[in-house]
Amino acid sequence: MTSLPQNGCRTTPVLRERGQREVFCGLTGIIWLHRKMQDAFFLVVGSRTCAHLLQSAAGVMIFAEPRFGTAILEEKDLAGMADANAELDREVARLLERRPDIRQLFLVGSCPSEVIKLDLSRAAERLSAIHGPAVRVLNFSGSGIETTFTEGEDACLASMVPALPKTQEKELLMVGALPDVVEDQALDLLAQIGVGPVRCLPAKRAELDPAIGPNTRYALTQPFLGDTHAALQRRGAQIINAPFPFGAEGTTLWLKAVAAEFGIGPEKVDEVVAAPRARAEKAIAAAASTLKGKRIFFMPDSQLEIPLARFLTRECGMEAIEISTPYLHTDIHGPELDLIAQGPVISEGQDVDLQLDRVRASRPDLTVCGLGLANPLEAEGLATKWAIELVFTPVHFFEQAGDLAGLFARPLRRRAILAAQHPNRMEAAE
Amino acid sequence: MKLAVWTYEGPPHVGAMRVATGMRDLHMVLHAPQGDTYADLLFTMIERRDHRPPVSYTTFQARDLGADTAGLFMQSARDAHERFKPEALLVTASCTAELIQDDPGGLAETMGLPVPVIPLELPSYQRKENFGCDEAFLQLCRALARPMERTARVTCNILGPTALGFRHRDDLQEITGLLSEMGIEVNVAAPMGASPSDIARMGQAHFNVLLYPETAESAARWLERDHGQPFTKTIPIGAIATRAFIEEVRALSGSTLPVDESRLRMPWWAASVDSTYLTGKRVFLFGDGTHVMAAAKVARDEMGFEVCGMGCYNREQARPLRALAKEFGLTALITDDYLEVERAIEEAAPEMILGTQMERHIGKRLGIPCAVISAPVHVQDFPARFSPQMGFEGANVLFDTWVHPLVMGLEEHLLAMFREDFEFHDEAGPSHHGHKAQIRDLGVPVAPAAAAEGGSTPPTAALPSADNVIWLTCAERELKKIPFFVRGKARRNTEKFASEKGLHEISVDTLYEAKAHYAR
Repeated sequence: MTSLPQNGCRTTPVLRERGQREVFCGLTGIIWLHRKMQDAFFLVVGSRTCAHLLQSAAGVMIFAEPRFGTAILEEKDLAGMADANAELDREVARLLERRPDIRQLFLVGSCPSEVIKLDLSRAAERLSAIHGPAVRVLNFSGSGIETTFTEGEDACLASMVPALPKTQEKELLMVGALPDVVEDQALDLLAQIGVGPVRCLPAKRAELDPAIGPNTRYALTQPFLGDTHAALQRRGAQIINAPFPFGAEGTTLWLKAVAAEFGIGPEKVDEVVAAPRARAEKAIAAAASTLKGKRIFFMPDSQLEIPLARFLTRECGMEAIEISTPYLHTDIHGPELDLIAQGPVISEGQDVDLQLDRVRASRPDLTVCGLGLANPLEAEGLATKWAIELVFTPVHFFEQAGDLAGLFARPLRRRAILAAQHPNRMEAAE
Repeated sequence: MKLAVWTYEGPPHVGAMRVATGMRDLHMVLHAPQGDTYADLLFTMIERRDHRPPVSYTTFQARDLGADTAGLFMQSARDAHERFKPEALLVTASCTAELIQDDPGGLAETMGLPVPVIPLELPSYQRKENFGCDEAFLQLCRALARPMERTARVTCNILGPTALGFRHRDDLQEITGLLSEMGIEVNVAAPMGASPSDIARMGQAHFNVLLYPETAESAARWLERDHGQPFTKTIPIGAIATRAFIEEVRALSGSTLPVDESRLRMPWWAASVDSTYLTGKRVFLFGDGTHVMAAAKVARDEMGFEVCGMGCYNREQARPLRALAKEFGLTALITDDYLEVERAIEEAAPEMILGTQMERHIGKRLGIPCAVISAPVHVQDFPARFSPQMGFEGANVLFDTWVHPLVMGLEEHLLAMFREDFEFHDEAGPSHHGHKAQIRDLGVPVAPAAAAEGGSTPPTAALPSADNVIWLTCAERELKKIPFFVRGKARRNTEKFASEKGLHEISVDTLYEAKAHYAR
């Protein structure tokens, strides 16, 4: 593993841009949150566009009746002919009657509901009084005028924090919706190291919700949880600052930071992680042979860009040209920026046309971007990695580190295989 | 407020995007927040387009709302014109921008851009995607089409194909070829493939061919009124309709050239003995009005199916669809509520569904085979091969596509003869499909007492049924031998029969008496 760079990117001047963005809104997070929380229903109060987004972002429709839906605002709701609150109460009652298994209902604000100032927090209070305690009704905004893609999960988790019970116990809280397999691996590693008790936010079911207090120590597993971090601090809990558990290095550093907070030294961590870490490094090496020396450009999307750039530059030998994120939380991303050697442009926000000009000028070997841009860039002879796959695939901790590297190597390997008959073979042959 | 789980149509601005994205040298400025850019991926992923849709989103945020969203719009319009140099600019608002009432059309007018600027009013809280297509294309025609002298030779325009349309790419190619055989050149095909300057010269054509009323009927009517161009009313889906379409085109154009039918295989494929098993298969149709109406006729008159239900999600086509359904002795289902469609299909218990990707999911849930005949589209609806729905090749494609999901003739007989074979049974699915066959557990759960008495009495479990009619074990076991796709119907019919006869128990005899009673 490379050692710490003399000069990290924490002090690099940030290029801030503002213009057309090519990103999802926060509603998209519902796609994975509704699978993670098995007794929750997400009711978007919005327009036909919101419903269409959820359907399209899911790509293929989920076979069973999903635990999300959209209460579509109609002309009469806007013209004041119908009391929007009365309409909402009726739809919620109907929904809960049909789905008696639901214990948590999230009213999710959208662009239209924000613009017409429909007060969903009051609606949530009112509906909690009607349907509680069997059903807890919370609200958050996934609107595109306030949230970008993964910020929807942040807003959702932040909305849960004030309602969590109190405790004085010293416990570790692992924050972020992880795939079940990853969560189980993380809990197992922490147990072996001797950290405990460990709770998770979000929990799989409402009755497993963690309690919070001044002795709670929490570690984020996702780099986009700024509001949740602030909400936990308001409850008196204390953050454990660490790089994120991506790759062998990131996972080890994350575990060591957590262990230190629980009075356990790095030797114990090294002992526990020796075998999985060696496996991870071996698996990463297989993909790194494809990635080494290749130049990568991150368009802003999931806020995973900075930790992933750290992983790809330090563990896979890639060179980052530009690392762009929708929002840069210096306190959350700081430990990551310290590890990235100076060189790449660090940018926040987006003007997509200007950024595409930079992509075309620098012709990276791999561009990480949203689905709207991937095929057009491929058609220009530029290999891409869809950013959305990074939040739909288990990529955290040791056993997934090789898969994470593989996600970036696959488009390059595929391009090499198809080089002879690729429509842009002149460029692909370079 | 209405709860939606899945939607058949997107919002109207997505319809306008389908028009803009199908065209060349046109750009659209959409006043919208950042999340609305998801619509780009519909085109680049589902349709595998190699260019971004020609759409600039103004990307306003919450903090702009109290400030200058109008200024943001004007900046975006200026930048878009500067960067893309389009021949014309469409300007409109998405659902959120409609609420802040910046009036993109009025703003753009004050900017003095050197190209035609066409504003679109798209009421997002009343209308949907198809309206957006239809309205965008109408406004483009109204703004750009100029009165022009007719071409010396007989030509026509083709109206309707858009980006993200169900097989529009291939229908356009097939119908262009058919018209060429008849000696008729296509003046302009629009929106797909046309530029604003092509729209300007649409008036040169002698008549219009309207392929998709959903996306272009308003434009066809306007061109008829303002440019004196009649348009075709027949949708050439199926062999019969294609021949009727040819006659209609002959009447409009005076063409007398013969059309070669040698590549039309569908009528013989349907008439050959192998297809006998298709006779009277009960099919349920759902999709957009145009495709459902055309498919219903093909299903009945060219495939020999029995249509047991039909409906559409676009209210604009409700009237003609209701009339056609009546002709079929049915009541049309007009709804955009996916759950209502699912209930109707469950109730009708068809042997096959001809529907959209949504019905494909319903079919999967209910264990009913489904072929897709209409938008909304999915990446699978954009095959690499030529696969039209229209014209003679389209008829061939319909035959193949509709037969493919079914269990084949002799295979079906074998299933009926030996229903209790553990590895070759109806729940295993058609043998030419790739998924793993389900090995059936043969242990029919029978209470020991009932088994000892040969299963005649007493009932093992009172199955939920109307008027507390009880199924005897033997009858229940016999019911399981009926193919699964008609089992629900058989159960309900038998229960209805029993309660009408005042019976409280259903025996094997009752089951077969009911079968004879309801025999078609």
